[in-house]
Amino acid sequence: MRMPVPDLLKVTDLVKRFPAGQRLLGRPHAWVRAVDGVSLTVARGETLGLVGESGSGKTTLGRCILRLIEPDRGSILFDGVDLLSLSKRRMRALRREMQIIFQDPFGSLNPRMKVSTIIAEPLIIHGLARRQDRPRRVAELLEMVGLDPGCGGRYPHEFSGGQRQRIGIARALAVSPRLIIADEPVSSLDVSVQAQVLNLLAELQERLGLAYLFIAHDLAVVRHISDRVAVMYRGRIVESARAEDLYAHPLHPYTRALLASVPVRDPDQRRPRSLLAGEPPSPVGEMQGCSFASRCPLVEERCRREDPALRPHGEGRQVACHLVEPVSVEIAGVRGDR
Amino acid sequence: MSHLLEIRDLVVTFTTPEGQIRPVDGVSLTLDAGETLGLVGESGCGKTVLALSILRLVTEPGRITSGQILWKGRDLLTLTPRKMRAVRGQEIAMIFQEPMTALNPVFTVGNQIAETMVVHQRKSWKVAMQDAVDLLRLVAIPDPERRVHDYPHQMSGGMRQRVLIAMALSCNPELILADEPTTALDVTIQAQILELLDRLRQERGLAVLHITHDLGVVAEVADRVAVMYTGRVVEEAPVTDLFHDPLHPYTLGLMASRPRTVEAPPAGARRRLPAIQGMVPPLTRLPAGCHFAPRCPDLFAACQVAPPPLYPMGPGRAVACEKFNPEEQDRLASPADEGDERDENARA
Repeated sequence: MRMPVPDLLKVTDLVKRFPAGQRLLGRPHAWVRAVDGVSLTVARGETLGLVGESGSGKTTLGRCILRLIEPDRGSILFDGVDLLSLSKRRMRALRREMQIIFQDPFGSLNPRMKVSTIIAEPLIIHGLARRQDRPRRVAELLEMVGLDPGCGGRYPHEFSGGQRQRIGIARALAVSPRLIIADEPVSSLDVSVQAQVLNLLAELQERLGLAYLFIAHDLAVVRHISDRVAVMYRGRIVESARAEDLYAHPLHPYTRALLASVPVRDPDQRRPRSLLAGEPPSPVGEMQGCSFASRCPLVEERCRREDPALRPHGEGRQVACHLVEPVSVEIAGVRGDR
Repeated sequence: MSHLLEIRDLVVTFTTPEGQIRPVDGVSLTLDAGETLGLVGESGCGKTVLALSILRLVTEPGRITSGQILWKGRDLLTLTPRKMRAVRGQEIAMIFQEPMTALNPVFTVGNQIAETMVVHQRKSWKVAMQDAVDLLRLVAIPDPERRVHDYPHQMSGGMRQRVLIAMALSCNPELILADEPTTALDVTIQAQILELLDRLRQERGLAVLHITHDLGVVAEVADRVAVMYTGRVVEEAPVTDLFHDPLHPYTLGLMASRPRTVEAPPAGARRRLPAIQGMVPPLTRLPAGCHFAPRCPDLFAACQVAPPPLYPMGPGRAVACEKFNPEEQDRLASPADEGDERDENARA
């Protein structure tokens, strides 16, 4: 047996609620549980894909991990350090190790700043490069993300969406982080450009040993980039597994429905599409039982009463469902295999 | 044989500060009753402008400069504005992409659905509101009697998209132009909407022009597919042919560069996607020859001269690529073979 290496990131039972309705001058009378007790780990150099539909809480979770949003409860260990116990100042210092790439390459770059300034800013904030070394470092970063190293003097509007996303990646890499939280990094890009950016992210990971928490709603993209995948529904993780296991044998009824809803690129394999009736329930208010019970085709009485815990289920897999028992692996695997 | 809709050599021009551009540059398409034509392409390829021009909704600085749009044999481009208004909504309806912005926030959804019927069919408000309830039921909105009084903000994205479909159906059109109708929706809701559109097509014999960038959606809904790039159709084919044997290098590139979800990924493709190099050129700076030439892995001398026409490739198939130019086949024989090999690699 190898000595266990502590995970780079270990999130335990993280909770974030937002006030939903507020009386004038009063206390909020309803809450949205955006992140509702999430635990996950990311190993060094690994990609954990986080999938879920809009409103599932995946973006809030990503921001809570960086403390861009302060979580209400839970713990976040980064390389063994408890982030929630850190002062703002020490947290800021530690953010050097963990960076974020945003979805919108148009909104996330300051239009009045030159590209070289955008990329150099984190270097200045963290005191990482002397003034005379900065231009060289910026050129190096631009080259690393596949842009012309001489383009630092231009402004963001002179670049296409894909190029801007590369600038955002260069900015994140400037401080040599170990973890990058990528929040829908390719979803606003055209298909042909998406592939280029995904290739870049994979290359950089190999070269720099980066770990990614890759947040996306696109199941194909997540499968491609991830070592492991966690599926979120209404603020909770309902299933996590190695990517190939999850896609080949989804166990949770929601994961199965999600995969079955994706259009297949083969006109000979058209199939009944809507396997999931209804829509996600309102996230406001307290919830009893399983978060998926209102849409689950297999729902039982117990599901509406008891909240299923995320339990280990074979190697590297966890499932939160009353109906998925360890003995039913085979059957569930076959049924879920589409 | 005359088609329900036949677009002939349509050109739409926009005047911009950087010069004239042609978002639609000589497009010809046909569509029959009960048929779904998938129109695929990336942003800026002209697919939305094409749909808007069918309804003559292209506005300044855009202008339809030439071509014909034959609707049941009549050229829509020659109709008076008044006659054109009668076609819009009543015979041809459109579903827009943004269910969040396509509805008016200050009127109830029932009011907005009923309004089209009051205007186009001269129904009384009372009758029209009752019909609106039936339409909401048709598009599977639960509790339609109550929801008809909802305002758009009280509904989810999927519900609003259903309302837009109900609105499009309100005057019994024969053709629906659906512009990315599921792009803004979650995948489980997308599946519901695609199912709904398909059911309506079957029940009502609707023709659908389904515009999308998602090849998976096309594979699920379309009978025939046209692939657009910088304002031109580069490949047209029955849906099974297109997916089994894509011909145009752009179509091939699009298919290869998208990772797969449910299908097992091909061995070795785990980390590197065969991406199309470069990016779509801006319409103001198009290359002189084939618009795809700067990104194409199979380049011939002829590609730099002029954009290739659509070469017929068997029943219902055509491709705009010099690789398939019948007159050039001999001369191109050897490089074309090489090209085929490379295609195989791209597909593998």
